[in-house]
Amino acid sequence: MSARAGRAVALVLATVWLVIVIAPLYYMILASFRTQGSYLTASPWVPSGGLSVSSYGTVFGAGLGRYLLNSVLLSAACIVLTVTICLGAAFRIVRRTSRFAGAAFVTMLFGLAIPVQAIIVPLYVLIYKMHLYDTLFALILTLSAAAVPVSVLIMVSFVRDIPREMIGAMLVDGASEWTVFRRLIWPLSRPVLATLSIYNGLNVWNNFLLPLVLTQSSNVAVLPLGLTKLEGLYSVNVPAVMAGVLLSALPLLVLFILMRRQVMNSLGGLTVR
Amino acid sequence: MTARAPAEDARPARAAAPPSPRRSGGTSRGGTGARRGTRLADLAGVGPPLALFCLFIMIPMISAVVLSFVRWNGLGTPRWVGGANWAQFFRDPVARTSVVVTAKVVVLSYLVQTPISMALGLFTAGRQRYRSVYATVYVLPLLMSTAGIALMWESLLDPNFGALTALSRSWHLGFLQQNWLGNPGLTLYVVVAIIAWQFIPFHTLLYAVGRRQIPAVLYEAARIDGAGPAATFWRVTLPQLRYTIVTSGILMIVGALTYFDIIYIMTNGAPGYTTRVLSLDMYDVAFLQDQYGYASVLAVILGVVGIAVAVGLVRFTGFASMASQQEGAA
Repeated sequence: MSARAGRAVALVLATVWLVIVIAPLYYMILASFRTQGSYLTASPWVPSGGLSVSSYGTVFGAGLGRYLLNSVLLSAACIVLTVTICLGAAFRIVRRTSRFAGAAFVTMLFGLAIPVQAIIVPLYVLIYKMHLYDTLFALILTLSAAAVPVSVLIMVSFVRDIPREMIGAMLVDGASEWTVFRRLIWPLSRPVLATLSIYNGLNVWNNFLLPLVLTQSSNVAVLPLGLTKLEGLYSVNVPAVMAGVLLSALPLLVLFILMRRQVMNSLGGLTVR
Repeated sequence: MTARAPAEDARPARAAAPPSPRRSGGTSRGGTGARRGTRLADLAGVGPPLALFCLFIMIPMISAVVLSFVRWNGLGTPRWVGGANWAQFFRDPVARTSVVVTAKVVVLSYLVQTPISMALGLFTAGRQRYRSVYATVYVLPLLMSTAGIALMWESLLDPNFGALTALSRSWHLGFLQQNWLGNPGLTLYVVVAIIAWQFIPFHTLLYAVGRRQIPAVLYEAARIDGAGPAATFWRVTLPQLRYTIVTSGILMIVGALTYFDIIYIMTNGAPGYTTRVLSLDMYDVAFLQDQYGYASVLAVILGVVGIAVAVGLVRFTGFASMASQQEGAA
């Protein structure tokens, strides 16, 4: 087989997958612009027979705005909390000034293998006993904690590559450890902070199990949970559900369009170094 | 990933020689005072994430093990029952079914996702402009929440009004008219396919980055030696992708093992118990049947199997030595 024929076959197969990715998304977008009536009668693949934006009004009326706000607050809080505390920890772990930091590192690495499903029952009991059940605060704390192992690991391997000579030189010049962190480590770590913000942010934004178990009422529901509430409310109104799904992905889509290269490199490069 | 730690140890030993001023600077500040200073700094730096981790991950993990030996409905006092919950697990036919279903999901997911992700990753790693367009589109499912994906597919597969049913009518493709989510012989495969739709984008990215990191020199050498495309793939690309294959494989297997969201929303284990995976069984036993003790048995099994698979894969594939090779090369 010539290289040229090989490339042609690859292109065909890649296009097949392209269709598999796009077709459901196209279906969803089209369905969201139907009315309840035209959804049942018109073809789901051809954009004819009446389009309308009424479903978008319906889902906002059903509280999607609130879910959106909750998701934004939760993701922002988790990103800031995780990134700040983990970079500080990574710096101390790399400096190796005491055995405590090393032991803490090893302890947190255990978390890489623990799935949330395995701890969800005690977590629920704990949150309940802390009187945090059904609050956004419960989600901020638990989702940030779940992000700690991976964040610390990746930040440690990044900070380790900052030349020791630079840190040494600053210390010789009389800088304190805190100054080294603020003036050297923090600015240099921006790329890894961005990578982890994207990765953790995506995980938090899309997490379903923790909100399902740790919250209950609509006013603290985040988007994934809110979508299922929406479906419970409008199980026969498919256009409304599709509009909700689309709107819930929209913020991420906008971010993705703004920083496409960064997102793709971050996610793909996360595990390779 | 943990396996990297030993390889690092060589570094400080090498690096310690030149910046000795740092050391002497530390001691000149005066022995115990300085040590207390760094200890305080370590506590302030490492303390917060460690506290968060211990409180919300480590202690619950230990509690899950303890809970697996008690009987508790969440309200009264927990009662110590020794190994009764564990014995119950081995007698429970639903749990046995769940284990089998979970194993199927894991194996099928791995077998479906790995070749497709690798092929797409190699394709999108190419520098041609149209390939980067393809790569961008491929990422789109990653931006959707699992709940969104589940709801989208649920309505798409609806046997009465769904998009596939419409296709089967207009193109006379009878096989597209199926009760996709209610047919006991079919639904598990539908679920595996949707999980693949969701996760192949991520693994494609991993493989694309992995492929771009292979030095071009190796391909040049292969060409000079007269290797064709197939030989180049088997002798250069595949061996060079070892690290990616293992990383992606671990993430795939551990992810499939604990898979919950799509199944909970789309089928909730139905039809019958054919899609009731272990994590769903655990959720049901805990939060709908209020048997926290027995649910903890299932949770501990999930955790232990997850850790065992990850560690086993690392050992089996010699991941540790590969990781240190990477370190050396970097």
